[in-house]
Amino acid sequence: MNKLIISPSPHVHGEFSTKRLMRDVVIALLPALLVSFYFFGFGAVKVVGLSVISCVVFEFLIQKFLLKTAPSINDLSAVVTGLILSLNLPSNLPWWIVIIGSLIAIGVGKMVFGGLGNNPFNPALVGRVFLLIARPVEMTTWPLPLTAVTPDATTGATPLAIIKEGLKNGLTIDQIKESSDYTFSYLDTLFGQIGGSLGEVSAVALLLGFAYLLVRKVITWHIPVSIFAAVIVFSGILHFANPDRFIDPLFHLLTGGMILGAVYMATDYVTSPMTLKGMMVYGTGIGLLTILIRTFGSYPEGISFAILFMNAIVPLINKYMKPKLFGEVK
Amino acid sequence: MIKTFNRGGVHPPENKISRNAALEQLVPEGIIRIFISQHIGAPAECIVAKGDKVKTGQLIAKANGFVSANVHSSVSGTVLGIENIADYQGIKKPAVCIQVEGDEWEESIDRSAEINRDLSKTSEEILAKITEAGLVGLGGATFPTHVKLAVPKGKTAKAIIINGAECEPYLTSDHRVMLERGEELLIGVQLLKKAVNVDKAYIGIETNKQDAIDSLKKTAVNYSGIEIVSLEPKYPQGGEKQLIKSITGIEVPDRALPIETGCIVSNICTTLAVYEAVQKNKPLFENSITVTGKNLKIQKNFIVRVGTPLSQLIKAIGGIPENTGKIISGGPMMGRAVSNLEAPTMKGSGAVLFITDDEAKRGTKSNCIRCSKCVAACPMRLQPFLLYKLAERNMLEELKEISVHACIECGCCLYTCPANLPLVDYIRLGKTRAMKLIVKPK
Repeated sequence: MNKLIISPSPHVHGEFSTKRLMRDVVIALLPALLVSFYFFGFGAVKVVGLSVISCVVFEFLIQKFLLKTAPSINDLSAVVTGLILSLNLPSNLPWWIVIIGSLIAIGVGKMVFGGLGNNPFNPALVGRVFLLIARPVEMTTWPLPLTAVTPDATTGATPLAIIKEGLKNGLTIDQIKESSDYTFSYLDTLFGQIGGSLGEVSAVALLLGFAYLLVRKVITWHIPVSIFAAVIVFSGILHFANPDRFIDPLFHLLTGGMILGAVYMATDYVTSPMTLKGMMVYGTGIGLLTILIRTFGSYPEGISFAILFMNAIVPLINKYMKPKLFGEVK
Repeated sequence: MIKTFNRGGVHPPENKISRNAALEQLVPEGIIRIFISQHIGAPAECIVAKGDKVKTGQLIAKANGFVSANVHSSVSGTVLGIENIADYQGIKKPAVCIQVEGDEWEESIDRSAEINRDLSKTSEEILAKITEAGLVGLGGATFPTHVKLAVPKGKTAKAIIINGAECEPYLTSDHRVMLERGEELLIGVQLLKKAVNVDKAYIGIETNKQDAIDSLKKTAVNYSGIEIVSLEPKYPQGGEKQLIKSITGIEVPDRALPIETGCIVSNICTTLAVYEAVQKNKPLFENSITVTGKNLKIQKNFIVRVGTPLSQLIKAIGGIPENTGKIISGGPMMGRAVSNLEAPTMKGSGAVLFITDDEAKRGTKSNCIRCSKCVAACPMRLQPFLLYKLAERNMLEELKEISVHACIECGCCLYTCPANLPLVDYIRLGKTRAMKLIVKPK
């Protein structure tokens, strides 16, 4: 007979492991990936593959040769970073830009702070924003979905950019909607028939993944729902005050990286608050900032910046939003 | 309506595989060793000597002070002496060793199976019987029952709460008692109510024991002021504070005793022991113990005499099964790993659990990914990840500031942690250090 093990309680462990959680995120992203492959073809496959492989390779190399620690690529966290980064990129991005983005995401976003669990900012977003600032032209030349390509147009603006451009030219929302650029319906934004980065095209595919994450208890509803609520309320007030200048909340919810950001990036464990109350404050902040940047800022899309900004505030949120002790006495 | 506490807790696989095994008396044999201290508080004072003949139920050690409890012989036979005996964890404590000879009970004990429904005894009489019988809380803490029932001056008791949650996986002895000794249990509840002068009692039972809920509800019709409350299965619902919250919705204030809410909580087996002590004159010298495990061929719920060596329980289920990694006294969440198979059972022993090699090994720890699952799982609403980090660095003042004292060591944080961090281990250590329960050796 074996020797008996002596250790303190508890003697059983639950179902969760880092690897399982990360694998669930990968599974949740599958519908969105498949939709992007369908609409953007081989370009999308290339960007996703390149991004994932280079993230994993960079993580391995940095851990092995720079940090000299045991590589932990088995926990799949680098795969998730690679996937999320790729979903933030246009499908026609040159290969070397994807690789640089991965290096920045893993190297600067994660490893300089000590690896998984220690990074203050979402690594994929660090990579994305770096590329957006360093290569703005390539990063904002959005290929049209294969189903919408015409002989004289292979690229086009995103819905958010169309609105931004129109408003800049002094048009009202209604005039923009009647213009020739505005070729899509809300139904298209639901299923992916619009221009944009890989992951921001199909709301339905992303929400399918959201449901999966909730069922598997990987995330709670608090962050995404408070982001959506803040977006609806804030953009709703603006729209109600001046419908000529501010587009309706549904448009904000369905376009750009709103769902991708709220469900998959804002909920990143490492960079989001530890308490449910804190998560709601954090989510509300992201929602407000996103609308602020989208409507008043110079970029058409703002959720990446909003998430990164709120990432920076997370330590403060954690400090002030503590759970209330059982039976707390004032 | 199904009730529960509102935040925290986990729900591990229930694994109540021994739920259908009826209570079964384990016949004592060989040498029985009864610890003189079976409870929290001052050790009792031994009043027998080598060579004395004792009967089953005879007093062998007297309570030493108020917070202490009498200890009775669980068998009849000859006292071999008082020796230092290693307990489950190998810590040596004085115990009375008795050679079993037959099973002759004290004449005063009523051994008939007839149920004594007489409820005419006064509060003082009931409390005196409980004190005399050496009753302690059988939920694990073994706090003397008469002390718990002594309501401090200035406080009033409003209700008795009986803990039938049995929220730990695997354990089924409370379940069996509720099913098989239902009416005696309810009489025990009435006696407890009378002892502290309240007219309301709740029995909280998790819905995974629906048969027990149904049968007790049926019997409770004949007993006034007893409400059976269905609880959603969730660990640690059997924790005193969580149970009060689940049933009454009131939170026991931080650092205060449960009596602050007017509730006195008692365990199922303790309540049955109250019945036996008051109505049958039977001291506490045996208790129900679940013997279970996934790789056991037979599952048992034994009634075991206090002081029976663990090895006898193991023999009764056919020896230690193959690939057993760990033997636990108690449930898998809060029980203790056993290192000494010859150790005698105690009043508070509730289960012997065999877990397999694979289950017994902890996963390798990795970085904290700040998933906040421990915060969500903590029933006391602490921040286990932070307590862990501070305890690891021995930052005692900071630990106190974030209420390390409130940790009930239920282990939900470690159970749920995806990075396999030894959260509760370090928090336990930090708590004992910060509260100066142990002093760091110089």
